[in-house]
Amino acid sequence: MKITDSAFKKPKDLPGLHILSAGTSICAGCGGLQAIHEILDILGPKTVTVNAAGCMSLLSVYPFTPFSGSWLYTAMASAPAGAQGVRDALDRLLATKKIAADEDMQVVVLSGDGSATGIGLSATSGAIDRRLDFIYICYDNEGYGNTGQQSSGGTPHGARTTTSRGEQGYCGHKKDLFSIWKANHPAYLATVSGAEPLDLARKIEKARAIKGPSLIIAFSPCPTGWHFPPQESIEIGRLAVRTGVWPLKEYEDGKVVHTKIPAGRLPVTEYLQKQGRFAHLFHPGNAYLIKEMQADVDAYWDCVEKSAATGR
Amino acid sequence: MNKQMLTGNVAAAWGARLAGIDYLPAFPISPQTEIIETVAEWIDTGAMDASMTTMDSEHSMLTAAGGAAATGVRVFTATSSQGLLYGMEMIYALVGWRVPLVLVNVSRGLAAPITLEPDHNDVLAARDSGFLQLHCSTCQEVLDSILMAYRLAEDRRVRLPVLVNLDGFYLSYTREPVIIPDLEEARQFVGPYDPGTVRFAAQAPVSEAVAVLGGESYSYFRYEVQMAQAQALAVYGEIAAEFAACFGREQARIDAYRAEDAEYLFLMIGSFATKAMDAVDQLREAGWKIGLLRPRLLRPFPEQDLRQLAAGKKGMAVIDQNLSFGRGGILHTEVTSSLYGQSGAPSVIASFVGGLGGRDIAAEEFYQIAQDLRQACVRGIQPPMRLLYTAAELTAMRNLQAIANVPAPERKP
Repeated sequence: MKITDSAFKKPKDLPGLHILSAGTSICAGCGGLQAIHEILDILGPKTVTVNAAGCMSLLSVYPFTPFSGSWLYTAMASAPAGAQGVRDALDRLLATKKIAADEDMQVVVLSGDGSATGIGLSATSGAIDRRLDFIYICYDNEGYGNTGQQSSGGTPHGARTTTSRGEQGYCGHKKDLFSIWKANHPAYLATVSGAEPLDLARKIEKARAIKGPSLIIAFSPCPTGWHFPPQESIEIGRLAVRTGVWPLKEYEDGKVVHTKIPAGRLPVTEYLQKQGRFAHLFHPGNAYLIKEMQADVDAYWDCVEKSAATGR
Repeated sequence: MNKQMLTGNVAAAWGARLAGIDYLPAFPISPQTEIIETVAEWIDTGAMDASMTTMDSEHSMLTAAGGAAATGVRVFTATSSQGLLYGMEMIYALVGWRVPLVLVNVSRGLAAPITLEPDHNDVLAARDSGFLQLHCSTCQEVLDSILMAYRLAEDRRVRLPVLVNLDGFYLSYTREPVIIPDLEEARQFVGPYDPGTVRFAAQAPVSEAVAVLGGESYSYFRYEVQMAQAQALAVYGEIAAEFAACFGREQARIDAYRAEDAEYLFLMIGSFATKAMDAVDQLREAGWKIGLLRPRLLRPFPEQDLRQLAAGKKGMAVIDQNLSFGRGGILHTEVTSSLYGQSGAPSVIASFVGGLGGRDIAAEEFYQIAQDLRQACVRGIQPPMRLLYTAAELTAMRNLQAIANVPAPERKP
């Protein structure tokens, strides 16, 4: 699908009203919730959201739900398997004419990065193997946010978390979930950010249209875990893209395309200095960590530019 | 009448086929695999109209099973031992989802050490989950229990998942004559699937398994499960009566064998109970007044039936094919707590543990158990638990240890 084919050509084309209702117990300024709002606006109400344990499990707390579609909480490890059961049952009900075609629903998995990069990775890989027709939304807040931001497979190198309180922060490296999922050959795969709603809308529009496993990784600034004031959530989302820390890209038909290549990238310090979790990087003796981060980002985009030039 | 020689696994597959299942999420594990292979072949050849998906683990398999049942189709699945434990988080969760699916467990001892042959520590690890449990002792009973399990699970007064248990090898891989009910009769007995109030639909969205805040809501939902379990006792009775009328086979909550005039009773579950039946026959010939109680229904536990059947007996020997380390046989504690303080209850309820990991319980051991029980009754003393193991087995074990280079234990002077 080309942009010219998209229903979302300019900001005015985006839905004006959120279908996920207000008044949830999610933290103020949650970038994950913003992305989920925007995603559901595109998907519409005919959805079954299959949830893995995480922050968003608190969206539906008895007897309230902000969803206009259905909801199934599963466990931390197996939301994609729950989606498999729901999809298989819907297919069976359609095949045996127990439900009409217009009663079919879009099956959506909603998990955090803790589930996606770790405990739920096997179930996700299995769902991709089986070509499950579903949309997986991972809200990536780069840690186990719901339990107070411990380090997860999604935590970036050097970030302070409640299990990495040392002077150098988290010593591991952020797991490249996009590449891991890509190696499993899903039908569609994309990164999005709630701060880039047009790019997000086009990608969700595609994910909805494509049959088979579609996986979305949503950048999710977390005021309570990353330590910044809630009102800066969108600004941090924008800076993540403009510094090149969060590449916006998609994968389909065996190819990765970057949907927004930041021209004149800002230095990563612009992004880092906004967040308490990176404050220690500006202490004397840690300058090398910032240098390494900048070098990693530069190397990434050099590689993107080279492959764009050679067409590979 | 269609009577065939079937393994317990194939009998289980026939149960699923006759019940008219819609969906089977599967994951292979010995000694259960033949069940899913059999159903898969029937689906592939068109003999059976259902859909099947091979999952990536038992945890995923059970999640898919619950997801499908919550969407409104009849679900069957099967596992064994380590698989049951791997999926245990979802075993507990599915009860809260109130999804009426049927899970067959083919019992096998738990690691470590890893083994393939049966005992009941796997299925009893699910005892407190809220799944109803039916325990089979023959291949016929496996098939019959699955048909009854769907009625029980889907009954509006119950609406809970049901686990049907059969022993690995002794039933799973053993051929026995099994009467395969007529398809139409079986379908009529089981009836069409009733999704009840648990069903995802585009026009009527529902939220399932949502979080609760606070113990009040949590306790309410948990107590509801307890009440449904309690109701399942009577519901089972109704279903068993209807089953007997349709198919001519009695499947009481507790199977009582030569128990009516007995002074002494064995109590066992599963396929090894058929060994106890042989022992009862032999002991009866030797002049003993002895019988056997075999609970088919373990959850809910048929306490009233047990009290009636045990009333007026001198003694009972509970033979557990499981071991709760640090306590003893699990059935023994269930039985004694049910009979405590009941007038006419046996004064001696002796505990024996045997058959772990498929270890045989020989006829001679049953005779010894009966003698121990009688002696305890004469003395009026509750004997300590006994772990069955013979001198010959110990010698064989010592030989293995010698090969494994384990120093021989010091002999007591």
